[in-house]
Amino acid sequence: MADYDQPTMGASTAAAAAHAQLKKVKKQKVLLMGKSGSGKSSMRSIIFSNYLARDTRRLGATIDIDLSHVKFLGNLTLNLWDCGGQEAFMENYLSQQRAHVFSNVGVLIYVFDIESRDVDRDLATYVNIISALVQYSREAKVFVLIHKMDLIQPMTREDVFDRRVALVRRKTAEAVAIVRKQKPEVSGVGVGGLPGPGGGGGGGGAMMAGSLPSPELSTPIPDLEVEMQLFATSIWDQSLYKAWASIIHDLVPNLSVIETQLASLGVAIDADEILLFERTSFLVVSKWTSPEGESNPYGDRFERMSNILKAWKHTCSKYTGTPRNAEQFSDFEYKMGANFSMFVTKFTTNTYILVCMPPGEARFNSAKLNVAAARPWFRFLDGPMIAPTAGIGSSQMLSGLAAAGGEVA
Amino acid sequence: MASAFRRGSEALFDPSTEPRPPCVSRRPSRAMLNLHRVYEQNRQRVQQNLKDGVKVPEPIAVPHAKGKPRLLLMGQRRSGKSSISSVVFHKLPPNETLFLESTARIQKDSLNSFMEFQVWDFPGQIDVFDNPAFPFDMDAIFGEIGALIWVIDAQDDYLEAVARLNATILHLQRSYQHINIEVFIHKVDGLSDDYKLDIQRDITIRIQDELSDQGVENAPVNFHLTSIYNHSIFEAFSKVIQKLIPRLGQLEAILTNLCRTCRFEKAYLFDVNTKIYIATDSTPEDMASYEICSDYVDVIIDFTEVYGSWQRTPEWRKRLEGPPWEQKLEDQVACEWAESGMVLADAQRPIMLREVDRFLALVAIMKEGSYEKMPQINMNVDVVVKGLTEFFEITKSKMTPTAVPGGVTAVGGNGVMNGHGVVGDGR
Ligand SMILES: Nc1nc2c(ncn2[C@@H]2O[C@H](COP(=O)(O)OP(=O)(O)OP(=O)(O)O)[C@@H](O)[C@H]2O)c(=O)[nH]1
Ligand SMILES: Nc1nc2c(ncn2[C@@H]2O[C@H](COP(=O)(O)OP(=O)(O)O)[C@@H](O)[C@H]2O)c(=O)[nH]1
Ligand SMILES: [Mg+2]
Ligand SMILES: [Mg+2]
Repeated sequence: MADYDQPTMGASTAAAAAHAQLKKVKKQKVLLMGKSGSGKSSMRSIIFSNYLARDTRRLGATIDIDLSHVKFLGNLTLNLWDCGGQEAFMENYLSQQRAHVFSNVGVLIYVFDIESRDVDRDLATYVNIISALVQYSREAKVFVLIHKMDLIQPMTREDVFDRRVALVRRKTAEAVAIVRKQKPEVSGVGVGGLPGPGGGGGGGGAMMAGSLPSPELSTPIPDLEVEMQLFATSIWDQSLYKAWASIIHDLVPNLSVIETQLASLGVAIDADEILLFERTSFLVVSKWTSPEGESNPYGDRFERMSNILKAWKHTCSKYTGTPRNAEQFSDFEYKMGANFSMFVTKFTTNTYILVCMPPGEARFNSAKLNVAAARPWFRFLDGPMIAPTAGIGSSQMLSGLAAAGGEVA
Repeated sequence: MASAFRRGSEALFDPSTEPRPPCVSRRPSRAMLNLHRVYEQNRQRVQQNLKDGVKVPEPIAVPHAKGKPRLLLMGQRRSGKSSISSVVFHKLPPNETLFLESTARIQKDSLNSFMEFQVWDFPGQIDVFDNPAFPFDMDAIFGEIGALIWVIDAQDDYLEAVARLNATILHLQRSYQHINIEVFIHKVDGLSDDYKLDIQRDITIRIQDELSDQGVENAPVNFHLTSIYNHSIFEAFSKVIQKLIPRLGQLEAILTNLCRTCRFEKAYLFDVNTKIYIATDSTPEDMASYEICSDYVDVIIDFTEVYGSWQRTPEWRKRLEGPPWEQKLEDQVACEWAESGMVLADAQRPIMLREVDRFLALVAIMKEGSYEKMPQINMNVDVVVKGLTEFFEITKSKMTPTAVPGGVTAVGGNGVMNGHGVVGDGR
């Protein structure tokens, strides 16, 4: 019993420290941009509205900006700006609506269609968007998704992606350089990185950006930098979940509290891995892995589990005839003989939990009891109102463990 | 190690992994061996009939006849034959069939499952009956028991395909009546239900008219509406393959009985590798039930792959077998087989899955609220699983290495589920 005190106390302290923040609902402006047809509305519909990949064929082009408020857990709201990508709209965002669109942005998600024929033009537009973004929202994070990777031959995907990453990074640097009021170093970086079309695109981007209105920029910003991550994605596999889990990861409030508590739970029930999913999107909110679990060779298992469970939810919804957004399954157990056991179960109102653990009936049953007992501990995930004091959480935790111990003996 | 739910590592889309292995091949199980023997008897009977019967001119020379039922995929170019075989037998994601190249020569696959099958994918442009330059040895193609699967692209003009199919049926009716003729009206994804039925009606009439003009009545022609983008292709294969399973009726009776005693709504016996169901209980066909059970098998395969395919350290085991447990892990579990239960939220309806052997799994949809009765149900399922194993059992004396194609020694005893996380087949 004493063994379990350590992590529990740690969690209490962290919980107390974060307690002040628990009361707030965090709002985040998320821009979704990229050329028309690149797949923005498709991925949004799959992740947040439970569309199947093949349903997206029915989506029409987005007209102007499609605004949606996605409630994610109890204390985070994503204001998702799905910006229609047809050229006329893009120009409008960069001119008339510039301040409206690009101020107060928390995250920009920029989508490139890997099959697009006119790469130079795509990149030129991208440079303009990045310039506008850093001009109005210096702190915004940028996620670049190289999308529709399923259309590339599997053998060449990695190469194609790497080349595109290099290109986008270079363009991003150019865009930042524009805002710094310096001449983009086309000769220095551009020619070395990728000759030919890349160099041409750079020239175009610089020219177009030069003609843009930038009244606020009276002084150069020498230390300006963009925090950027790139992902290869497709709606046809789990890659989409990897990208979006990274996007929401930094936005979730009290992440450190969740992580600490998940760790104490994991240690207490002897798990090898615990994943916490948001209930609608099945994006991984937080995870914990034991030292043994770290040797799992499947580095992509988190997004795979999201994808698998989301697909399963669809299957259930089709079978029961209940709406896709409704809760579809409450409990899922799997015991693979003397190899491992796992269960996925409804956890708090807004979350599901997956536990993978060593085999054994008694161990399994006590883990299920303990997970149920730990629920109140995580209730703050469901909203700012009902955050429990850390003390209650930990005492319930311990009583749960006592029950488990009794069963073993 | 030898679980039905283990397979080689393959990622759907991970640029860093190697291309998936071309074929999932495994050692034969006892179940398979037994079917193999029963099948062999049937085959000999068929070939005897062939000899006694009508138009076989020479004693049949089928040197490679291994007694495996054969599925022959034929049809026009681009009708989808290779896509079908890749999706069903090689787990290729449907959208990746776009990258398949045109088939230049007959592709022969051997599928090792509860029963061994050969799958032959023909190039669309060759006509086996009319190839004067290189006449085909008909017996070598049609001499085995099996099915001809004729694939017709429903999104394309199908008149020529139907004409060729008619010619083929007439040939087979003359000399190889033991071949079932299965017409896959394919690529029906995206077509309305009405349109699908119209096409099916039209094709059926065109075939019947032609056959009766030629004096052939009651040819064994079956129709299936299929697409690789949904379960229909697996369902169609299930039906095709069930016709080739000896003593299917007994299997069905076992499942019907289980449903009655446990109050199950529906039960399926799945070939885990292909998601083909080899038997179900006697309640009416129900596509929706098949879909959810088939997807359940998929989820379990995926869980197993992600969490069950790596070797845990000896320290891990030592700790888990130490205090307070003081028991070998094998003795800590209630069931040495893969088993799973899941509760649908709408009406608390459970679905259960239980591994039968290294190829087969039992999946059943239960009645509302029966989750509390799980202990009794599990006992019944145990009994049925034992019955199924017996069904596939071969007497020990028959289990000689020579009885196994490929000469691999059969597994002695029940070697399932006692491995500790070896990727793929293990030893
Ligand atoms: N092959 C493939 N097609 C995709 C993928 N993602 C989206 N698509 C398809 O691309 C088409 C256009 O997708 P949308 O999501 O409407 O495009 P959008 O970016 O919202 O376009 P605008 O609203 O005009 O800016 C749809 O037919 C999708 O099915 C993908 O990963 N792979
Ligand atoms: N829409 C749709 N396309 C399919 C289906 N099956 C196969 N295809 C496509 O048909 C094309 C030809 O397939 P292939 O297997 O090479 O035909 P084969 O010449 O008969 O072997 C490929 O582009 C497949 O992606 C299906 O069920 N639906
Ligand atoms: Mg759109
Ligand atoms: Mg082919």
